[in-house]
Amino acid sequence: MLALLKQKSYRDRTLQTLFVGGLAVMLVIFVMTARTNLEAQGMTSGFDFLERATGWGVSFSLIDFSTSDSYLKVIWVGLLNSLFLGVISMSFATIIGIAIGIMRVSGNKMAELIGTIYVEVFRNLPLLLQAFFWYAILTTLPKPRDAYDIGGIAFLSGRGVYLPGLNVSGLSVFLSAIGLVIAFAVWLNLTTSRRFAKMMPKEKTARARSIWLAWGFAACVVMAMGRIPDTPLLNLPYLKGLNFREGIRVSPELLTCIVAISIYGGAYIGEIVRAGFNAVSNGQKEAGFALGLTPWQIFTRIRLPLAIRAVMPMLINQYVWLFKATTIGIAVGFVDFFMVISTSINQSGQTLELIAILMGGFLCINYTMAFALNRVNDAIKLKGTQARG
Amino acid sequence: MAQTYSGPGVFKRIRDDYFSTRLNTVVTLGFAAFVIWVVWSLFGWGIQQAIWSPADKDHCGHGSGGACWAVIAARWRLIFFGLFPFEEQWRSGIACAAIVLTGGLSCVPWFWSARRLSALWIIGFAVFYCLMRGGFFGLTLVSEQNWGGLSLTIFIFASVTLIGMPLAIVFALLRQSRLPWIARTMGVVIDTIRSLPLLSILFTFAIVIPFVLPGWMIGDKLYRVIVGYALFFACYQAEIIRGGIQSLPAGQDEAAMALGMSYWNRISYIILPQAFRNALPATINQLVITFKETSLVVIIGFFEILASGNAAYGNAEWNFAHVEVYCFVGLIYFTFVFALSRYGAYLERRMAVVER
Repeated sequence: MLALLKQKSYRDRTLQTLFVGGLAVMLVIFVMTARTNLEAQGMTSGFDFLERATGWGVSFSLIDFSTSDSYLKVIWVGLLNSLFLGVISMSFATIIGIAIGIMRVSGNKMAELIGTIYVEVFRNLPLLLQAFFWYAILTTLPKPRDAYDIGGIAFLSGRGVYLPGLNVSGLSVFLSAIGLVIAFAVWLNLTTSRRFAKMMPKEKTARARSIWLAWGFAACVVMAMGRIPDTPLLNLPYLKGLNFREGIRVSPELLTCIVAISIYGGAYIGEIVRAGFNAVSNGQKEAGFALGLTPWQIFTRIRLPLAIRAVMPMLINQYVWLFKATTIGIAVGFVDFFMVISTSINQSGQTLELIAILMGGFLCINYTMAFALNRVNDAIKLKGTQARG
Repeated sequence: MAQTYSGPGVFKRIRDDYFSTRLNTVVTLGFAAFVIWVVWSLFGWGIQQAIWSPADKDHCGHGSGGACWAVIAARWRLIFFGLFPFEEQWRSGIACAAIVLTGGLSCVPWFWSARRLSALWIIGFAVFYCLMRGGFFGLTLVSEQNWGGLSLTIFIFASVTLIGMPLAIVFALLRQSRLPWIARTMGVVIDTIRSLPLLSILFTFAIVIPFVLPGWMIGDKLYRVIVGYALFFACYQAEIIRGGIQSLPAGQDEAAMALGMSYWNRISYIILPQAFRNALPATINQLVITFKETSLVVIIGFFEILASGNAAYGNAEWNFAHVEVYCFVGLIYFTFVFALSRYGAYLERRMAVVER
């Protein structure tokens, strides 16, 4: 026996078996204990409860939901809400981040100062604290009767923000959003694929323009078809009695999550964008000047594309991270995936199954997102040594 | 006498930095106006029109237009110490100071070896724990349920780091293992935990673990959450350490092997010290994030500083003062996090000099 232990390959095999076997035994013990515990409490395990009616409602849903719908549907509602919140706040965070990043490398000391203060303040405070802060601010805005009026078309009140909407069906909005994604994919393909590399820049621009025009036209047609009959196209909110009618109401909960995640994420993305600009070597800029390009051209044609490409992997990590941050919705009462799961656990008692769904859901989303973004990165990443390092 | 060139003059520098082109001038003036407006309104709200003493608290609220710092003066003990028994709060204060001192001491280069650093932190943590819990030398026993405020935040942060750091080293070594099955299994575990939100991990440890563990292993909810958080921290930190190990030239390990050093000697004398040095900026960053995210335990129902802040304005007397309380709590977080991140930046510069 001891002689066998001295033999390296045998020892290696034993170690590996012990390690993997130990983990497996741990898992088995977990499952066995869980089963006995559940039996002692008289609970049935399994996923049958997903078919049952919930009996409770949700305060925000992108699809129709009533209390008689099943648990499966409420989980789907939560997932959609999380994705919705994630997409909106990531977009705003990107816009803020690019603006802040550009301010910090603009060469104007005043802009740099503001960018630095922004990043240092919002990056050094916990996201949850910021969410509580914005929630307290947004819910203590005046009552609808004294709401802040923004040009007569949008209103800020303690019961939410009222925005003008379009009288079109949700399906057509969804279809045009899908169309936007397709148009973006086609445009990405056009600008990066080899077949178009030799095309004249003017022709390339013309093609890109026609893609966006086609999308705009298709979106208009879809919207016109999905228009709710006998209503004006634009749906303005107006005060009637104690509350606003019509328009789109953005609840304080949703708005809090959007504002908090965008501002917090914007600070991080701003730092990443700045790192990207610093990674573009000065020679690129000088070569641009030598060719007689204007500062604006150098910025939009040389520095920005190179910077974005240099930091794409970091940005991908940040986006995956930002999506995970949407779970703070539960702190202010926004019905996101996590909150739906935790409410379901309270209501149905099916803890283990629901936690499994929660983890499975996040793994799927994160891996899908990382996969898709990595494909984008592969398509646009630098194929040479234009960036320093 | 030889003239030394001291760079462009002040006016030239100001012109270059702020007014080099017409566009730059406009941008500078616009942003300057913005900054002045923000500073002026903050000054007016926070200092000029603010109400400081709890005696004047009737003027607070919607009328005065200024901040009501009276709420801090009246409720600071709640924010800092939570539900800790009132007469014993000095213990909580000293315990926090001990941890802060420990943190300060670990910035001194003399402590920068694994043995000294771990000894320092174990002593600091033990002092903290004994002071907080009491139960000897005439100190009354205060159970963990009554801990709260800043000391609970610090307790969670310190214990997560203390448990998580050794765990991270183990994870990183297992993932770097030469044995494929160990490395692969560890990789799957680390990647899975990393792609889950911290909140879901904390939640799982708070409510699922009691189901799947035999009774004697369950323990208090606070400790379960800390273990869960430590596991999460260890997975992130393991990847950072792995990055540090991978950035070492292969020659280091090979040279050690050629000298006939054993695996443990190679790891503890050659690989890990250099790996930690390489990974230091990322480690500090991870500590910063860990400190900030201790706030998430509020959602699981713990009374740390953010929750005690919520409680400070959460009664009828002070219910209008949320902005002031959040500013104060934010300032406390900011002090810790900003100090830590500045220190990280200083270390990074210092290391860059050494490398040059």
